[in-house]
Amino acid sequence: MTTLTLFYTGLYYLAAIVLIGGVAYRIAEYSRTPAPLKIPTTPAPTTNAGVAMRMAREVVLFESLFKSNKWIWIFGWMFHIGLALVLVRHVRYFQEPMWFVIEFVQPYGKYASFAMVAGLLGLWARRFLVDRVRYISTPSDHLMLALLIGIGVSGMMMTFVSHTDIVALKAFALGLVTFDWHPVPTDGPLLVHLTLVALLMIIFPVSKLLHAPGIFFSPTRNQADNPRETRLVAPWAAAAERK
Amino acid sequence: MAGPQFEVPKLTEYTDVPKIKEGAMAHVKSFPAAEGSQTFLGYPWALTDDWHDRAINKMGDLLGKYRSLRVFMDACVHCGACTDKCHYFLGTADPKNMPVARQDLMRKVYRRYFTLPGKIVPWLVGAEDLTKETLDDWYSYYHQCSECRRCSVYCPYGIDTAEITMAGREILNTVGMGQKYSSEILTKVQKIGNNLGLPGPALEDTLLGLEEDIELDTGVPVKIPLDVKGAEILLITPSADFFSEPHVESLIGYAKVFHAAGASWTLSTHASEAGNFGLFNGNYEVMKTVAMRIRDAALELGCKRIIVGECGHAWRVAYSFWNTLTGIGYGADDPFSIELQSQLDSRFPQPMHICEYTWDLIEKGTLKFDKSLNDDRIITFHDSCNVARGSRMGDEPGGQFTIPRNIIMAVANNFHDMAAETIGEATFCCGGGGGVLTDDLIEVRVKGALPRMNAFNNVVQNNGVNFLGLICAICKAQFTKVLPYYGFDRSMVGGVHQLVSTAIKLD
Repeated sequence: MTTLTLFYTGLYYLAAIVLIGGVAYRIAEYSRTPAPLKIPTTPAPTTNAGVAMRMAREVVLFESLFKSNKWIWIFGWMFHIGLALVLVRHVRYFQEPMWFVIEFVQPYGKYASFAMVAGLLGLWARRFLVDRVRYISTPSDHLMLALLIGIGVSGMMMTFVSHTDIVALKAFALGLVTFDWHPVPTDGPLLVHLTLVALLMIIFPVSKLLHAPGIFFSPTRNQADNPRETRLVAPWAAAAERK
Repeated sequence: MAGPQFEVPKLTEYTDVPKIKEGAMAHVKSFPAAEGSQTFLGYPWALTDDWHDRAINKMGDLLGKYRSLRVFMDACVHCGACTDKCHYFLGTADPKNMPVARQDLMRKVYRRYFTLPGKIVPWLVGAEDLTKETLDDWYSYYHQCSECRRCSVYCPYGIDTAEITMAGREILNTVGMGQKYSSEILTKVQKIGNNLGLPGPALEDTLLGLEEDIELDTGVPVKIPLDVKGAEILLITPSADFFSEPHVESLIGYAKVFHAAGASWTLSTHASEAGNFGLFNGNYEVMKTVAMRIRDAALELGCKRIIVGECGHAWRVAYSFWNTLTGIGYGADDPFSIELQSQLDSRFPQPMHICEYTWDLIEKGTLKFDKSLNDDRIITFHDSCNVARGSRMGDEPGGQFTIPRNIIMAVANNFHDMAAETIGEATFCCGGGGGVLTDDLIEVRVKGALPRMNAFNNVVQNNGVNFLGLICAICKAQFTKVLPYYGFDRSMVGGVHQLVSTAIKLD
């Protein structure tokens, strides 16, 4: 095994552990922290089924963002839907034989990358063009967009410009999940792509990417509007009540 | 009135999003709380020597107790969706009044002390040490937020700046930087029973005087009972209703409704205040202590129903938090709550808003009106922020918007809503909620009212509106003060039950 293969194999195990462990830690932390008061942003659904629907609309359609700002919604939604399709498309590197749905999504996933990168460029442009957004942007906000665009563009390079050795890549990827390691192909765009993706996985649990698990724990969105019918008391508040 | 020491914004047809002006409102400093009230509330009253560690420890404490704060600190992606949603930003152009920037005042400290990247590479992620200047910034800008939650409607993750403002004020109190206005009110409500510090005998006198006025006016002996044991209904209303104009007109309205319905009801001296400023300061224990007065009064008087008068944040606390804090509601299995819940009449929601009560009677046909008595009024209705985005009325989501409007249309002939993007869940705050209704913040209040004033001006110009209908004591006080700055007459302000009072037929 070459040093290069050793490096990327190790990098991906590290990245996977940090991503899964880190996000699991965050989710545990959010779950452990009680919401002591009923604070859904009203009007809110009065039942748990209604809350599930509200959450689904938020996560899939970005309902609140749509109400808020059509430009951010268009760019943000293009990026996320594009990314989702691209991610589903990538499942093919990790299974043999492929599920039908993965096969089905291949051509769409290919072109979804344009939507993804276009959305990111739109969001980035706002960081320069809108004075309010320029004011709130930190260096990491810019770098995060650069990182995602780097991932998108290096991936598209391989799809549309200079193909990588796809058979060897699949062997490498499958090898990671079956612990039967194979050499990583050595072309530039692929190595850039792999490095940036690993970096993204590693910073996920300590960055604003936590908005992904965070939304599910957001009390203004995940609580039902039923405070007159049910009594909510946080454990720390109940403990104080008994004193 | 001496002229304002600041420029009153010009009214425009639409509220334009201003170009940012850094530091435009940095000079604002609400009067600091003094020794007496802060000591009573259990806070230091001057900056403590260990302010730095105290603040960080308190932040850690709150992060462990409130999921909202914990998630909201992490989840923001700086997308900018909220940046043009705050009435204080729209009215002042100060970028620190953009919801995300207001949050970032705390988030930069959170990142520095509670996250890995903030500890290692603070410059990269906008993390900063907590300094005295940071605390001064907090003090200024956390008292330029009315906790109205408009930003939370528009945030893709539901981040509610109010939760962060509340935490910020609690931390400030903990290090000895309390605000005079809220501190004094929280002391008065606990020592005397209401925010205005009106003692029991004075209240009794006031109510007797009002009864005489009503009888002179209508010829009907409408009563306003106080501390009546065994009364069926306990009315909890903001103390401003007892003597402030136009608030008192609504109190007269409630009394007439109860009279017409033949209801047995009472006010309580001990709980002569619906408002609960504990909400504004983000202190659970204080909010609970203040809310417990209502529970105590209900138990002592043996009332079976609890109804809340026209007050926005009070209704949020009552509707959303009373069950949690005091057991007023249903669904409990603990002895503390069961004691009260078994006393309450389970045929009715507990607590109930006075508008729910009145609308219910209107639907049943119990109340009769002569709508023409309101014909000199062309009415619009302002949705109060805490009612709109922090509570509900009726059985269906959105009842808090339809029920007050239904009442108005049942008692008056002329009604025009303001523009759709300024009412309902999108309503603009009056500019005086959340603990900023004090003269030392008049500049914030006047400028923050701009978006509402623009929308109001449109219906005044286009529809001849001359009455701004309200269901909140703070809104009433705020608009009475602020309308003249924009060239309107303060007598345009009034309560929904003032309209009811005008048109109701009594026998």
